[in-house]
This record gives sequence, C-alpha cells and structure tokens, in this order.
Amino acid sequence: MPEGGHAARLAAVSGSWRQESYVDGPIRAMAVATLFWGIVGFLVGVVVASQLAFPLLNLDLEWTTFGRLRPVHTSAVIFAFGGNALLCTSLYVVQRTCRARLFGGEEMGWFLFWGYQFFIVMAALGYVLGVTQGKEYAEPEWYVDLWLTVVWVSYLVAFGGTILRREEPHIYVANWFFLAFIITVAMLHIGNNIALPLSLGHVKSYGAASGVQDAMIQWWYGHNAVGFFLTAGFLGIMYYFIPKQADRPVYSYRLSIIHFWSLIFLYIWAGPHHLHYTALPDWAQTLGMVFSVMLWMPSWGGMINGLMTLSGAWDKLRTDPGLRFSVAAVGFYAMATFEGPVMSIKAVNALSHYTDWTIGHVHSGALGWNGFITFGALYWLVPRLWGKTELYSKKLAEWHFWIATLGIVLYITAMWVSGIMQGLMWRSYDELGFLQYSFVETVAAMHPYYVIRMLGGVLYLSGALLMAYNLWRTVRDVPQTQPLVTPVFPAASPAE
Amino acid sequence: MLAIYPLLKAAWVVWFFLLFGFILAWVLRPGRRHAYQALADIPLRDEAPRARRPNRSI
Repeated sequence: MPEGGHAARLAAVSGSWRQESYVDGPIRAMAVATLFWGIVGFLVGVVVASQLAFPLLNLDLEWTTFGRLRPVHTSAVIFAFGGNALLCTSLYVVQRTCRARLFGGEEMGWFLFWGYQFFIVMAALGYVLGVTQGKEYAEPEWYVDLWLTVVWVSYLVAFGGTILRREEPHIYVANWFFLAFIITVAMLHIGNNIALPLSLGHVKSYGAASGVQDAMIQWWYGHNAVGFFLTAGFLGIMYYFIPKQADRPVYSYRLSIIHFWSLIFLYIWAGPHHLHYTALPDWAQTLGMVFSVMLWMPSWGGMINGLMTLSGAWDKLRTDPGLRFSVAAVGFYAMATFEGPVMSIKAVNALSHYTDWTIGHVHSGALGWNGFITFGALYWLVPRLWGKTELYSKKLAEWHFWIATLGIVLYITAMWVSGIMQGLMWRSYDELGFLQYSFVETVAAMHPYYVIRMLGGVLYLSGALLMAYNLWRTVRDVPQTQPLVTPVFPAASPAE
Repeated sequence: MLAIYPLLKAAWVVWFFLLFGFILAWVLRPGRRHAYQALADIPLRDEAPRARRPNRSI
C-alpha cells in the first residue's frame, strides 16, 4: 500500500493523472514472467544435460525424451525468458526515452503479456505431445505461428505507436535496436513459417519450400533469430541500462549509430554459415562466411562502447552487483562475437560443425550475454518498478554473480574440450585409411564433459533461484519510496 | 532486360555500399559533438534531474 506521502502526492495530482502516467502494471508482470520462465528454462536445460550424461533419465516415456524436451529448453530460454525480458525492458525503455505513455495503454500492455504467455504455453504443450514442424527454434506448428503473428504485430503497433507520440524529438538509440528487433523478427517469423495445414482441424502442416531452399530459409531465420532477437534486442537493453546503472551517458553516441547500421547491413547475410559443406551452393556458403567475419567490427565496436561507458565509474563494479552482471555480459558478448566469426570460417567449421563446440559457443552467448544482461537489468529494474528504495540483499546478488559465472566457465570449457575432441576423433584415420574411432567411442569419450556441463547448468540454475528469492524479498520487504506508477510529468515538480 | 539483369544485381551491391558510406559520413561529420552529447543524455533525463559529472571522449 502507498505511504502517506505517496497518497498525498496522488491527491495533489489532477483526476486525469492516470492518462499521463507510464504503463507499468504489465511491465511488472513481464518481469515476473522473465524470472519464472528463466528458472523453468534453466531447469529443463539441466534435465536435458543430465539425459545426455545419463540416458536412463529419458525415463522411457515418449513425452520426456531428449528430442521432445530439448525444444522445450531452447524455446523456454530464448522465447519465454528472453522474449519476456525484451517485452519488459523495451516497453519500459520506449516510454521513458520517448516521454510518452504506451500506445494502446494498459489494455495493450496486458494483451501483449497474456497473448505472449499463451503462445509460450501452446508451443511447449505441442513439443511435449510431439507436435512440431521440426525446424530449429521454429518448432511451433501453424496455429501457434498464426497466434504469435497477431501478438507480434500488436507489439509492433504498441512500440511504434509510442515512438510516434513521443515528446522527446530524437529517437534514442536503444529504441532503434528494439524496433529493428521487432520488425525483423516479424519478417523472419512469417518468411520461415509459410505452410499449409492438412486441414483447419489438423495440427500438422507442410512448408511451402523444400530441399536446400527450405534449409536456406530456415537458417536465414535461425541465424537472424540470433542476430536480431538475441543480439539487437539485447543491445537495446545494454544501451539503456548500462548508462542508467553507471549514471553515465553512453561513451560515444556516434559509435552507437554506426554500431546499429553496420549490424543491420551485415547480420542478415550471415545465415549460410550454418550450411557449410552441404547442398547449398559454394558461393552462398562463402557469402555467409565473409559476412560473418565482417560482423567482428560492429560487434566489437558495440562492446567497446558498452564497456567504455563505465570510464570514470569503474568503482561502481565493486558496489553494484547489477552493473557487474551487465559489464560481464558485455565481456561475454565480446567473446561470443569473436568466437562466432572464427567458427564460420569454412576450414574451422569443418572441425567444429555438428560437435559440442557449437553448443558451447551458443551458451557462452546465451548464458553470458543474454542471461547476464537480463539479470543486470532486473536487479536495477525490479526495485524501481515496485517503487522500492533498494535491493533486498547485495550479498545474495554477489553470490548469484559468482555462482553463475563459475557455472558458465564450467559449461563452456567442458564443451570446448568435448567438441574439439569429438571433431578430431571423427576425422582420425589409421594407416590403412580406415576411421580410427567408431561413433560410439566418441560418445563414451564425451561422458565426463557432459557431467561437467550438467554441473555448470546446476550452478547457473542455483544462481537464478537466489535472484528470484532476492527479488521476491525486495518486492515484499523493502520499504516503499515512490509511487508505483510514475507520472510522465510529475505534477509536483516545477516547469523547467 | 535479361542482358542487364546481372548489371542491376551488381548495382544493388554498389547502392548498398554507397548508402552505408553515406550513413558513415553523415554520422561522423564534424561539429556535432554537443548535439550527440545531448542525445546520449536522453536516458539520464527521464527521471527527476540531478547533478551529474560529465563523461565523454567523443
């Protein structure tokens, strides 16, 4: 309940104050959903990692096999955890940086929240029951795809409408990244899911494309899901929350604009690197490789911009665990965007493709970059969204940081060793020209690394549970300082 | 039409290259330091104003 001062302040504001305030209720719900789905996604990740180390854990049930649970894990962490984090932060940021109330108001916010949760549940139910298109990161069948299109177009209308009604003349760079993410994901989702159902009452559909064209469209989608969902969107988070946490403007606004346009110009062409040494024409493979290597420059430009924002405020890393998460995230972004172009080079890919090295690479980006930048934003955002003075416990947040970092290190080093070993074993020949190892020997050799990876996942999940407890106590126990709904132009403050 | 198709495809690449070059030149043109500083401050102006130390190289 509001404090006395809060109530007095509300009373002083005219009756129309709600129309002049930011829409924060659905954003609070999205923050909770981010936490909830994060823990679900990490937990399923630990389960499937355990199944790889100990196949008996498949339980001999069709619903709990690795093949069905794996998309539950990937969709839960990317679309449920990451998607809610992006919805939450983008709608928070666009209102503040445009000084405008969300287009469509509370109703639009709640529609986006419930519509998106419905999509997640429908998709996950399908995976467990064996309903899938079999396209990586695009597993949901046609009826779920149609529903997501409705929700996503509404998201674009809400976000774009808020930008159009802005009081701030300039569109801040974080909004450019968010808008690019929303538009491109709409295009990718529709382009990759053009399919015809057997009948309106049937869950199964067949895609319009086939063969290598289908593969190319799938990886145009797949890689740009990485490029625009997991990179551009989360860069929007970086460009708002690191300046807020450090209380410093971004190091170079010029560099941020160049970062944006070079990512936009380059990323969309990089997909073919997923199809090296396949039926895809050689020129397309080389094109994908060259554009992936060129992506080094914008990625590292953006990384430098994020890190240098702390110049003069590095001391805050000692006292602000949220900022520590955000800065470590940028470090992991640098590492993953260095490793990715290396792996896209055809000679390297000949060793790395289809091995665990790829899994390790994806997780250094997902756990380190996407996870940590989200945790950093949540530690900053939750006390403010609920009008609290501070976080319940910095100590717990510090424990979260170190436990999760240790978990990532265990995960990615285990996958490097396992993946490179796996690739080398596959290509080993004896003096007569026969393969040195049978496939099952490579599987047996990877067992210890699968156990280490599982432990890394357990640590990462434990850290997230600590965060959930910490944020729950923050909302429940820390005293209130400000009104729950922040007016756009506080009536109490004098005109500037 | 078929004869100029390869040329048009090549021109598309040139057009994108020129467009990107123009964006670079536009963003990096001199004399805009203070304007960009004001834009970078947008997230820090969305709450009640307070004193801040400057932080800037560009």
